[in-house]
Order: sequence, then structure tokens, then C-alpha cells
Amino acid sequence: MSTVTAAVPRRRRVASRRAAAGYLFVAPFLVVFVAMLVVPLAYAGYLSLFREQLIGGTTFAGLDNYTRALTDDRLLGGVARVGAFFAIQVPIMLGLALFFALALDSGALWLSRVLRLGIFVPYAVPSVVAALMWGYLYGPDFGPIAQLFDKVGWDAPNLLGADLMLGSLANVVTWEFTGYNMIILYAALRAVPTELYEAAAVDGAGAWRIAWSIKIPALRPALMLTLIFSVIGSFQLFNEPQLLQRLAPNVIDSAYTPNLYAYSLAFTSQDVNYAAAVSFLLGIVIVAVSYTVQLAANRRRS
Amino acid sequence: MRTPRLRLTRVLAAGVAAGLVLAGCGGGSDDGSGDTPSSVSQADIDKAMQTPTELTFWSWVPNIDKEIALFQKKYPAIKVKLVNAGQGEPQYTKLRTALKAGSGAPDVVQIEFQYIPTFTITGDLLDLRPYGAEALKDQFVDWTWGQVTGADGQVWAIPQDTGPMGMLYRQDIFDKYGIKPPATWDEFAAAARTLHTADPNVYLTNLAGNQNGAWMGLLWQAGARPFKTDGDQITVSVNDEASKKLAGYWGGLAKEGVIATDADFTDQWFQGLNRGKYATWLTAAWGPVFLSSSAKDTSGKWRAAPLPQWTAGANEAGNWGGSTSAVVKATKNPIAAAKFAEFLNTDPESTMMFATEQFLFPATKSLLSNPAFTDQKPAFYGGQQVNQVFAGISDTVATDFQWPPFLDQTVNDWDETVGKSLADRTDTVAALDQWQERITTYAKNQGFTVK
Repeated sequence: MSTVTAAVPRRRRVASRRAAAGYLFVAPFLVVFVAMLVVPLAYAGYLSLFREQLIGGTTFAGLDNYTRALTDDRLLGGVARVGAFFAIQVPIMLGLALFFALALDSGALWLSRVLRLGIFVPYAVPSVVAALMWGYLYGPDFGPIAQLFDKVGWDAPNLLGADLMLGSLANVVTWEFTGYNMIILYAALRAVPTELYEAAAVDGAGAWRIAWSIKIPALRPALMLTLIFSVIGSFQLFNEPQLLQRLAPNVIDSAYTPNLYAYSLAFTSQDVNYAAAVSFLLGIVIVAVSYTVQLAANRRRS
Repeated sequence: MRTPRLRLTRVLAAGVAAGLVLAGCGGGSDDGSGDTPSSVSQADIDKAMQTPTELTFWSWVPNIDKEIALFQKKYPAIKVKLVNAGQGEPQYTKLRTALKAGSGAPDVVQIEFQYIPTFTITGDLLDLRPYGAEALKDQFVDWTWGQVTGADGQVWAIPQDTGPMGMLYRQDIFDKYGIKPPATWDEFAAAARTLHTADPNVYLTNLAGNQNGAWMGLLWQAGARPFKTDGDQITVSVNDEASKKLAGYWGGLAKEGVIATDADFTDQWFQGLNRGKYATWLTAAWGPVFLSSSAKDTSGKWRAAPLPQWTAGANEAGNWGGSTSAVVKATKNPIAAAKFAEFLNTDPESTMMFATEQFLFPATKSLLSNPAFTDQKPAFYGGQQVNQVFAGISDTVATDFQWPPFLDQTVNDWDETVGKSLADRTDTVAALDQWQERITTYAKNQGFTVK
């Protein structure tokens, strides 16, 4: 009896000491996390409940900013646009990333290291440089693509025009991030135990069968990860349209994507409070979409 | 797709940084209007100028430390710390954040004419009358003084450089197609049609759908006075008769397809200037030097002339751009700051240096009639006395043009309505109504009474 009672506190003490050590280790992260994410978020939430005017100063507005946002055509238009962007661009990008990852993993390619690096390099190019480069390529009169069309004698498409802009942006984003997603998928493929391949080979499975029945199922968690990243990335689209905005200011307006709109509200319209509300709503949309995607995938698996 | 969370944080943090500020600003928003404040005595000024002081000065003028050195030589006790906080909008964003935060704002700051009301509505600029600024009035071109003066006679800033608008044109292209420099807008429209029919790859001019500055200058010339602010009352009439005349004219040419409407200051546009896509550039007095450095291939082919006129024989112009030096109200050293702004823009050596080193177009009468300035014959313009042409134009700019107290918003709304209609070649006159409506809505949301 006494041994038992003595043992419990000791074990508890060890456990609590271990927990304390754990907290100590995460403390640096936690401090930065709270200071840089939790506090600003809470403050933005607080701000979103007010209204500041050039004439009249600051007043409490309750949820007015949110109700205004829910009926704001410009915001809803932007959300619909990035929704369309997500639906079209993400499958293409992830499909390409998957294709490249499987091709590299198959070992059937020459120079696979060089290729791997080559596909990944665009990700290392700062998006500012990438947008400038593509902006030059897309140039309607003197850009190389337009010149090429001109040489052949066709009418060059206006890649910076209103009709094709979303596609042009999707192309830049695909170019930038295919390599990044490919690396995630490729790393996951390398973690598949080789015994599985040997067993499959013994059972008479060919390369296609192995890819379809072993590799792709094994990639499911990694694909999930890249999909969630892509949801967030699509709805947060900002850098690329902002940079191309300079080249096509009358095509990409200040509400082209929800993030651009929030930025413009805060810094052009001086409406920080409404911008905070818009950012919050956008955050909620992203969480909801991410969760839905995850839920749908998990249900399929079980 | 890359570090998505970081981006969300960045946007939020940005919102927060700007908002943190709101909490700090609380009370004081008296705009310094009303009675003329009492003057500071010469003894006080002398004392202040001999007391060791450090001033912070925000400006994006390249090599402006040379002019600062002149000031420091004359007033060794005063040290000026120069900060380049970005050109135009990026600087204003930082300035606004610093002003709201109540710390980190400069003592003296470069502000373009059109942005002055945006900073006086929030009560952030110091009235310079007590420091003897009214006495400087006669040194400056009349319209520039109109631009820096408030409704009750306050002097909000000292003019530094200007941009009266004229027309730069390609003599060689004009000669080739037998076009004479148009004196009226009717002739200009006819020339646009002639030229584009003769060579479909060439346009008489480019009116950029993203360049509200040029549009406002043309409005100014056309006689429109779209904004008038009186306390919390504002008059907005961007769709009045004069504006409709302008919109009908340019929208019509754009729809016909005889002018280009490319975004300006882009790679595409620079190449257009270099390769002869545009036969004229309707620009400001700072344009000639800018063009000679960015379209080197076309040296010797350009000439300058005043803008075409709405009525034959008239002589009117508008302004596009130009800057001032303003003193921030929260400064701890108002005397030294005011005197620095004054010295920089009135001292003969300093103003001459601005004109010859940085090629700013002068705001002072004496320099505009100084042969050392007006007689220059740049080879880029075939030896034409370009400064002389623009000095003449400067005299014809109307003095009573006013800017709205929220310029960023009106410019943004213009881009998305009127500018877009030009770029898309749709109905520009109808776009004026959209612009009017968006400004009115914004002004009401900001608590103004809109008349």
C-alpha cells in the first residue's frame, strides 16, 4: 500500500517536470506566435467593430462592417473570382505536380536530378521577379509572345486583357508553385517502403499498376496537404495580381481579389475598420473551405 | 500556395499597424483654421536658428542633400536628417501611419500639390503664416501659391517644383505625314485621324487609363472645377459640362481607335515612346528631361509646344504634378522647420540648384525669367528652348483649381470608372456619372455633407 502511494506522486512529479520542460521548449515559438498572430488577430477583430470617419471620428459600429461586407458586390465578386481560379488552376497545378513526382520517382528519366531542380527553380524565384518576367513575356505589342504571333501572321491574343487575365495569372501561379508541390509529393513517395514495390512486382504488377494502386494511395496525405495549401493560396491571391496590376491597371481593379480589396480599403480608402472585417470574413471563408475539403477526403478514406 | 498563413498575417498586421494608431490619435483634430495666428518675432527666429536642433526631412528628390548642405552652411546649428520614405503614395502611407501613431513623423515633408488637402483635412500640417510665409507670396508663380493656400488664407506649404502641361511632339513624324502642330483640340482630333489612317501602327498620342494626374491637368485646362471643400461640406461635380466636354472628346477618340490608351510608365509605354508608336506626349514641364533620359533613341526628333486650346487663340493650361515642402504640425521645432522649408525653396542658390542639378521645373518667378534657365538649348529637342516654352505655359495656368480632401480614393475610383472606359474604349461620358457616384458615396460614408 505504502509503496503504491509513494510511487504515484513521484510519477506525477516526473510527468509535471517533463511537461514544464516541454513548455519551456515551445516558449520561444509561443511568445512569437502570441505576439505576431494572436494579438494582431484579436486587435483586428476589435477594430472591425468600429467605424472611423474623416468627419466625426471613431464610433462603435457593432457588426455593421460585417453586414456591409456580406452585401458588398465588389467583395463577393472577388471571392467568386478566386473561387473560379481555385477550381481551374489547382487541379492543373496538382495534376502536373503529381505527374512530375511520379515520373521522377519511376527512375525511368535521364538527368532526373537536373529535371527535379529545374522544375523546382521557379519556386525559388521571388514572385516580384516572376511577375515582372511574365509581364514582359505577356506584353501586348512588344512582348516575345506577341512578336511570335506577329511573325506567323496571326492576331496576338491580349494576355493582359480582361478576358485572359485570370488565365495569365493562373499560368504564373502554376509555373511558380508546381515545383513546390512536386517536392512535397516526391518526398512522400520516397518514404514508401520498397518492399511494397517488390511484392507488387512479384504479383506481376507493371509500372502503371504500381503507380495507380500503391503510389497514389500512399500519397493521399501529402496530396491533402498540398490541396489545403492551394485552397489557402488561391483565396489569398495577392502578390501576382498586385504586380500585374501595374501593367494592366484598368483590368485588375482594386477589388480583383479579396486580399487586394482589403489592402486597398485599408491604405487607399483609409477604412481600416472595414478592411479588418473583410479580412476576418475572408479568413472564415478559407477555414470553411479547407475544412470542407478535408472532411470530404477523410470520409472517402474511411 | 507558399506560406499562406504568413500572408494572412501580413494583411492583418498591416491593418493592425494602421489601426493601432487610431487608438493613439484620439483627440486633437482642430484644423488650425479661424483667426490668423500671431506672428513669431524676429528675435525668436534668430534664437531658434542658433539653437542646436535636429530636423527630420522626408523627400524623394534625388541628391537633395546638396541643397540641404547649403542650408546647413548658413545655419550651422541646425542639422537636417534626410529620409527617403518612398516616392509619392508609399511615402504618404508611411506618413499617415506615423502621424496617427503620434511618433516617427518628420518635421518637414515633401508633399505634392494635389495631396495637401488630404493632409490638412486631418489637421496634420502647420500653418506657416506666423513664420513669415505670407511675405513669400510674390516670389512664386500665382497659381502655385493658390495651390498651397487654405480656405482661410492659411499657408500650408512652400512650392518647390511644378508641372504646367504642354505637348511634346515628334517633328519627324509630323513632317512625314504633313501634320502641323495642332493649335486647337479640333485640329488635334483631325490630326489623330489623319495620322492613324496613314499608318495604323502610329497614334497621335496616348491617353493612359491609369493616369488621373494627366486627366486632372486636362480638366483644369478645360475650365472644370470639380471639387470645393468648406469644412465638412464638399461639392463634387466631376460630371459637369466642362468635364463632359473633355470626356466626350477623349472618349470619342478612344472609341474611334485613333489614339492609344496604354497604361503609362510601363515597359510597353516606354517602348512605345522609343519606337515611335506615339507621335506626341501630353505631359508636364518635368516631362522634357524625363523623356530625354528614357527615350534616348529618339534624340533630336522631339519639339515642345503648348497644349492645343478649346477655343482658337485662347491661352490656357493645367498643371500635372510638382511638389511642396510642408511642415508637420506635431513638430517640436516649428521655427527651424518653417525656415528650412522656406530656405530650400526660396534661396537663389538652392532653387537654381534644383533647376540645374535635379532638373525640377521652377515655381519661382525669378528663376522662370532667368536666362541661365530659359536659354538652355537641349539637343534632344533640336536646340529648341524648351524651358522657355514651359515658362510661358506656367503663366497661363488658372489659379483657382482645388483638390478633394481624400485624393487616393478619387484617383482609385477614376482608374476604375473613367480610366477603365478609356482603356476599354467604352462610354467615357457615362463613366463620369459612375465616378461622381462613387466619390459621393465615399464622401458621405466619411461624414461629409455632399452638395
